[in-house]
Amino acid sequence: MSDLNLKPNIAGADDFYAALLGAHEGLSKEDSDALNARLVLILANHVGDREVLDQALDAARNTG
Amino acid sequence: MNAENKIFEVPLYAYERSPDQDNEAAVRHPVVIIGAGPIGLGLAIDLAQQDVPVVILDDNDKVSFGSRAVCYAKRPLEILDRLGCGQPMVDKGVEWNVGKVFFDERKIYEFDLLPEDGHERPAFINLQQYYFEEYLVNRVRELQAEGKAIEIRGNNKVSAIGNHADHATLEVDTPEGPYNIEADWLIACDGAGSPTRQMLGLDFVGRVFEDNFLIADVIMEADFPTERWFWFDPPFNKGQSALLHKQPDNVWRIDLQLGWDIDKEEEKKPENVIPRLKAMLGEDVQFELEWVSIYTFQCRRMEKFHHGRVIFAGDAAHQVSPFGARGANSGLQDTDNLAWKLKLVMDGMAPESLLDSYDMERIHGADENIMNSSRSTDFITPKSEMSRILRDAVLDLAEQHEFARPLVNAGRLSVPCTYDGSPLNTADALDGPERTRPGSPCPDVKLGDDYLLRQLGDKFTLLTIDADAPESLDEDGIEVTRLALSAKADTTGMLKARYLGNEDSAVYLIRPDQHVAARRPSFDENLFRAAIRRATGKE
Repeated sequence: MSDLNLKPNIAGADDFYAALLGAHEGLSKEDSDALNARLVLILANHVGDREVLDQALDAARNTG
Repeated sequence: MNAENKIFEVPLYAYERSPDQDNEAAVRHPVVIIGAGPIGLGLAIDLAQQDVPVVILDDNDKVSFGSRAVCYAKRPLEILDRLGCGQPMVDKGVEWNVGKVFFDERKIYEFDLLPEDGHERPAFINLQQYYFEEYLVNRVRELQAEGKAIEIRGNNKVSAIGNHADHATLEVDTPEGPYNIEADWLIACDGAGSPTRQMLGLDFVGRVFEDNFLIADVIMEADFPTERWFWFDPPFNKGQSALLHKQPDNVWRIDLQLGWDIDKEEEKKPENVIPRLKAMLGEDVQFELEWVSIYTFQCRRMEKFHHGRVIFAGDAAHQVSPFGARGANSGLQDTDNLAWKLKLVMDGMAPESLLDSYDMERIHGADENIMNSSRSTDFITPKSEMSRILRDAVLDLAEQHEFARPLVNAGRLSVPCTYDGSPLNTADALDGPERTRPGSPCPDVKLGDDYLLRQLGDKFTLLTIDADAPESLDEDGIEVTRLALSAKADTTGMLKARYLGNEDSAVYLIRPDQHVAARRPSFDENLFRAAIRRATGKE
């Protein structure tokens, strides 16, 4: 079974975060929420593996 | 503690009448520097060490008031070694490696800078700016005792500047009235509010972040460890951030985010500051307030730093938000870049156009600093609801999941800039480590009881590692001296890891500011002569 990677895995984390904020720039809250929803679905499709996706759902639900 | 005894209360370069004031005609000096802050003093020392006579004008006669720039990174310490003041900085400074990040009431994680082995200087020290300036002034006095032409004129306030094709004119106010002088080269190191910039009508464009920070120096006997503590949204400063950092002499630096819509004068009053600090430190902690200031985050820079015979350095040329040790640190890298170029141009050994590379390289550095500083500010002060939601999500995740920690941005700590794409670089011809590619600052290596950077000094060097080369090379007056090392003799393997990579031998051309200009596996006279010409603006 595959494991969800929760170790640092993005090269240039600051660049990515700036791009993420940049994608939201100028959007209303509603449009930003919609963008996030689309982004989650796109990334989930890229991951594909249901086991990994279930672990990701758990990790997100159990944080915060 | 008696405030009158404090170093920043004592005139360190009191006004003295200069013979220039009794001269009918304006006396011409090779270099005049405006501003006796860390950058002006650093540049003056660099030039004086190379026998360039230099006069520093300052509108005050004391070191900086309050701690101000407190965090010094390794590269500036290495530059200060070259200027003969690194040791007192490190001796007095507080070394730290551990940082803790808090969110609300919880510590979400801690980090260790894990400094790499084989460097003489630590990753960071904390030191009040007034000590730094004092050590620089001591060094100026030392150089004067050696007979070097370096002079600080206190209470000399520049009131008018003329920028001409081959010199600048200055009108200077003193307690005994005004006088005029001229300078072949005028270097403005007069800070973010640079009067020189204003007198010349030059722009300072950038971004003001809608936020204010209260900074306080607090003297207390406290058992907080020597670590950098950063809070997002702490109970004692809801919705804002806070920073606690230790300085020498039991002085603690505290930064508290206040938000945008505040009355600065009110917030600075001790009756308003002390309750804030008590909320943070605890009611029982005994402390004394040494200094309070409020600043607004902003990032700006001049379009160009080099304007004919007037050149800008440090905060006068570029200003960044703090949280990352990028102000004084990048200013010292400006002077490191400028001093050797100016010396060559003044001696007629390089064309004046070499100074354009100062603009190119240090604007690259300033932009890198401004980018990093803006990103930290955007994280600390989210400017939209979604930006805050994402930020808080990162903080929540970071507590349990390591992956989110690199995304937490409470200030990216300053690392020196690599001058990629500089016109002074020769194309890389070595299958070597990326960190020493042309344009890079040389990383230090321990060599027995000594260190590589000490051996490089402040002249052009041909560093050979298990390679043959002549002991010296003279290219049209530029003297290059060989430093011969062997990776075989280096049992630590650091020299190979940092300078050879996949190669068995290497020859590096290293600039006086210890940046790599060219590298190849072996010496080739024609290629290295071309590289020297290129590194001095002649190709």
